[in-house]
Amino acid sequence: MKPGSIAIVGAAETTDLGVIPHLSQIQLHADAALNALRDAALKPADIDGVACAGEMPTNVAHYLGIVPKWVDGTSVGGCSFMLHVRHAAAAIGAGLCTTVLITHGESGRSRIGALPRTIPPASLQGQFEAPYGIYGPPTMFTIPVLRYMKTYGVTEAQLATVCVVQREWAAKNPRAMMRDPITVEDVLNSRMIAYPFRLLMCCLVTDGGGALILASADRARDFPRKAVYILGTGESVESPMISQMADFTSSRAFRVAGKQAFDSAGIRPSDVDHLMIYDAFAHLPLYGLEDLGFVGRGEAAAFIAERNTAPGGKLPLNTNGGGLSYTHTGMYGMFALQETVRQVRGTAAAQVKDVEVAVCHGVGGMFAASGTIVMADRQP
Amino acid sequence: MTQRPLPEITPETRHFWEGTRAGELRLQKCSACAQAYFPPRPFCPQCGSRDVAVIRASGRATLLSYVIHHRNVPGFVPPYSIAVVQLEEGPRMMTNIVEVEQTPAALRLDMPLEVVFQALNEEISLPLFRPAASSPSARGSVA
Repeated sequence: MKPGSIAIVGAAETTDLGVIPHLSQIQLHADAALNALRDAALKPADIDGVACAGEMPTNVAHYLGIVPKWVDGTSVGGCSFMLHVRHAAAAIGAGLCTTVLITHGESGRSRIGALPRTIPPASLQGQFEAPYGIYGPPTMFTIPVLRYMKTYGVTEAQLATVCVVQREWAAKNPRAMMRDPITVEDVLNSRMIAYPFRLLMCCLVTDGGGALILASADRARDFPRKAVYILGTGESVESPMISQMADFTSSRAFRVAGKQAFDSAGIRPSDVDHLMIYDAFAHLPLYGLEDLGFVGRGEAAAFIAERNTAPGGKLPLNTNGGGLSYTHTGMYGMFALQETVRQVRGTAAAQVKDVEVAVCHGVGGMFAASGTIVMADRQP
Repeated sequence: MTQRPLPEITPETRHFWEGTRAGELRLQKCSACAQAYFPPRPFCPQCGSRDVAVIRASGRATLLSYVIHHRNVPGFVPPYSIAVVQLEEGPRMMTNIVEVEQTPAALRLDMPLEVVFQALNEEISLPLFRPAASSPSARGSVA
């Protein structure tokens, strides 16, 4: 893909966000899709490519009455939508389709029409992790952190600071689920979930969805909204088992996806005006900042504590409040992408001034997958 | 008490579970590149060679990282550790650290560990790890 040759021309979240017991999962996809179609002044008949995760693209295309000639059901967890953006950009560039709809919908909290969460007992994870009492992401995603903290001398208070700073961003966002200010003491005194992780270091569990529409940048002026250009993209996977992650202080998938995205965009970390790093737990921004090259090894906690990523700081990070305070349906990556689009368009609740280049970095599974998208407000 | 989730043995993992039932921790080793590896598969994940052998591991390991889980899970009494250990032969595996207080003070990273086997039924014995006998924090001596 030539940098800037593909654009996001429509973007929207579900009408409601947080607790939505009156909508099933497939309708959350549809609600977000209809909002994004309105944003782009398009009808379902204008869409010829469909990508989604959680639901099969078959279900979403049929439900919305779309006749696709390109589909992508890549489902590698919460960053699936970053991979969809990458694949869609390549497909549009190759002439396989012209107008792609990417949807997310998840009834993560109310569990209406949701898919069952099970680990097959014959899978490698079922045989070699499930018997040890793993119980959802708080017992797996969190395991590497004590090693990271020992290696770099990072304290529990520094880990808590990540949550405090993100709550400052959330306080500016009326759609954020958690907006009341918190202190490091509040975080450290919240209920212990899986030492060293307290409740406030873990993401929310919510209902919601989002959708994106991509088209060739040549058509950007055909749409009512300011186009957001795709400059570069990257993706990778590592292991479905946290116990087999090669380095507990750094994610290989982050490094591979991030390098591809930055190299293909032709940018360096110093070029980035706004950053989203998928924060299912408090340590994710630390790994992301280091693995993407924004700071050196072991420097991320101090970087955040010194308020570089806070409101007014030089590298605004997770400006919607993140998975920790904004919303987290289960596959949060779509919401990170939505915030990046809003910031580049200049329409965010906590708008950062003059965002020209923005990076949106996602994780899937427990450091199992990653996708990185570089967006810009203009073609290079 | 409801039991832990039971693994379902596959043809590629049978040697491992037969080993734990016999009181052995079995890994595989590539004859081409000499790499020991885990979890089981009948080829080397490093070089792709199918020329691999089952080896008996020493059962010695060190504590790489862990969490102490505080919520109720069927088959477990919280708080309990969920750990990843570094085996002497190189590979890593998830396990629970047992026969030691489930506290940050007692569970020190890099502490030496040794394997023990817990029979869940006639077919499945689970490899767990405890402080090594020579370790200063061995069973019963934790402050």
